[in-house]
Amino acid sequence: MWEYTKKLKDIFLHPKNVGEIENPDAVGEVGSIICGDALRLTLKIDKETNRIIDAKFQTFGCASAIASSSALTEIIKGKTLDEALEVTNQDIAEYLGGLPKEKMHCSVMGREAMEAAIADYKGEITPPEEKEKLVCQCFEVTEEKIRRVAIENHLTTVEEITNYTKAGGGCGSCIPRIEEILKDIWHIKMPEMPAVKKKLTNLQKIALIQDIIEKEIRPRLQADGGDIELIDIDGNTVVIALRAMCVECPMGGVTVNNIQEKLKELVDENIIVETG
Amino acid sequence: MKPIYFDNNATTPIAPEVLDEMLPYFRQFYGNPSSMHTFGGQLHRKIEEARAKIAALIGAEPEEIIFTSCGTESDNTALMSAVESYPQKRHVIATRVEHPAVLNFCKHLSRKGWRVTFLPVDSSGRLDMDAFLKAVDDDTAIVSIMYANNETGVIFPIPEIGNILRERNILFHTDAVQVAGKIPVNVKELPVDMLSISGHKLHAPKGVGALYVRKGTRFYPYIIGGHQERGRRAGTENVASIIAFGKACELAKEHLDKEADYLKKLRDKLEGALLKLCPDAQINGDVKNRLPNTTNISFKYVEGEAILLRLDEYNICASSGSACTSGSLEPSHVLRAMGIPYTAIHGSIRFSLSRYNTEAEADKVIEVMPEIIKELRTLSPYGKG
Repeated sequence: MWEYTKKLKDIFLHPKNVGEIENPDAVGEVGSIICGDALRLTLKIDKETNRIIDAKFQTFGCASAIASSSALTEIIKGKTLDEALEVTNQDIAEYLGGLPKEKMHCSVMGREAMEAAIADYKGEITPPEEKEKLVCQCFEVTEEKIRRVAIENHLTTVEEITNYTKAGGGCGSCIPRIEEILKDIWHIKMPEMPAVKKKLTNLQKIALIQDIIEKEIRPRLQADGGDIELIDIDGNTVVIALRAMCVECPMGGVTVNNIQEKLKELVDENIIVETG
Repeated sequence: MKPIYFDNNATTPIAPEVLDEMLPYFRQFYGNPSSMHTFGGQLHRKIEEARAKIAALIGAEPEEIIFTSCGTESDNTALMSAVESYPQKRHVIATRVEHPAVLNFCKHLSRKGWRVTFLPVDSSGRLDMDAFLKAVDDDTAIVSIMYANNETGVIFPIPEIGNILRERNILFHTDAVQVAGKIPVNVKELPVDMLSISGHKLHAPKGVGALYVRKGTRFYPYIIGGHQERGRRAGTENVASIIAFGKACELAKEHLDKEADYLKKLRDKLEGALLKLCPDAQINGDVKNRLPNTTNISFKYVEGEAILLRLDEYNICASSGSACTSGSLEPSHVLRAMGIPYTAIHGSIRFSLSRYNTEAEADKVIEVMPEIIKELRTLSPYGKG
């Protein structure tokens, strides 16, 4: 059971500003029923002063998602749009007397809904997330969001990123990518990799590919119940087989692609990975 | 305030008779059954009495029962024993809807190089028998298929599966943790080689389980050490809990027929009323072939954790397959394997009954639930409230 604060429970049981404003000036929608939580925020805005006169929400989600939504509306009512944009997910969490760390993504969702609503009011059209920009396909999380949430909340581990954005919490195939993003943000020293740009002999190339699959790729897949087997290396074509949970994972294609990118980066940019 | 406890597939209250039976073995008879002195050694006989009672519940011989610490240990032991005993066979079969005790052990085997087939189920949670027949081959070391599912209560055709495997001489284990004490189990007629049961699911305390191993089955111990359990499970016996487990099985056997009828009537009443009073609700699982005590209902467009916390205000205990209650970010692997739409998975609630539930308790749930669902739907952007 989650350890919710009394304040959070009270707000969950008696949420404020529930519903939908008629003829709203701004609408912000985030999340989806597939991901397990979704929030629709409607705002009434005074056009003279740019002040939020009223805010209402509808939320599909757990107790902390509902409480976060209620908290958000309470915090931003009466604020100008500029003031509202300064509200962080930490402010929402603090309003609730804290959130369990696994539930921080609920506060992030609140902040995102507000930003979406204000963008809507300003007529900024936010294009739907393009598939290729997504780091986490399972929960549709972009690199931009991961970077932003990581910096704002000083997150340094994949687990924290998952708690705050859900990214990496599904099939797990994006975990290596999240690690790279974190390394990039915080300049964590990359593990020493063998110098590879020199022309490799065939034997050296095979040994290097085997080494990278064994030491870099396999442990990450195995950590999520998946596995990989190297079947053959023919010139620049690397034939692999996904094993265990990877076989049934709908993200199998993404995994193969990630492996190819890794080998391109570390061995030879002409590498092609195929499943056998 | 006494809880209204409808979460008996998670764990059950200890029966008062069981508690009475076990208490002296904490207070007074604290000896070690392996000791040479009478004070400790006399406990050996009590353990054998308990073993006989557990064997009687499932139609086994006492020497076919090995005590373990829980259902998970029983499941792990069965699988480990099979792969240790048949090292040349590198294939294991389970289902996608197994309890994590089997599911994650199979994933572990797969990481270690075994080939593992997870059999699919249909939208009612029924096993895909064609997939099963196709999966079985001469390389298969063991097939492990649960007797009934803990989330939906759906019962698998264990006799049919067992007969096929027996013909092909392949080891068969079933996790019967949710079944023992709820419907009759008789291993004399049931073609299984190993079967897991757990104490705390049938009104004994937590921390004790058993594995039935048919006479003549190759066996390799999982916990290695002393000579306890004839070398098949080392470690000083959990005397008080084993005695309690025996008593609980004796009670279960006594009540079996009457209890199943009672549970089914009460469950059907609860389920029927909730479906009638809450629009957009559906039952998950094959209603024709379910445990008498379990119902899994999806209340669409609302989220399970929110429902549970509202129920908690009335001290009503149930569970959910929603992502938020699973500890991970993904909802129930069982409901996903059944292909239940996400609109319904996140709002799934399981009520699981025991002999201690009353009609008044069911009435209380029936009274508060429609209002909870209605309120949460007014909060939801998908709700039609």
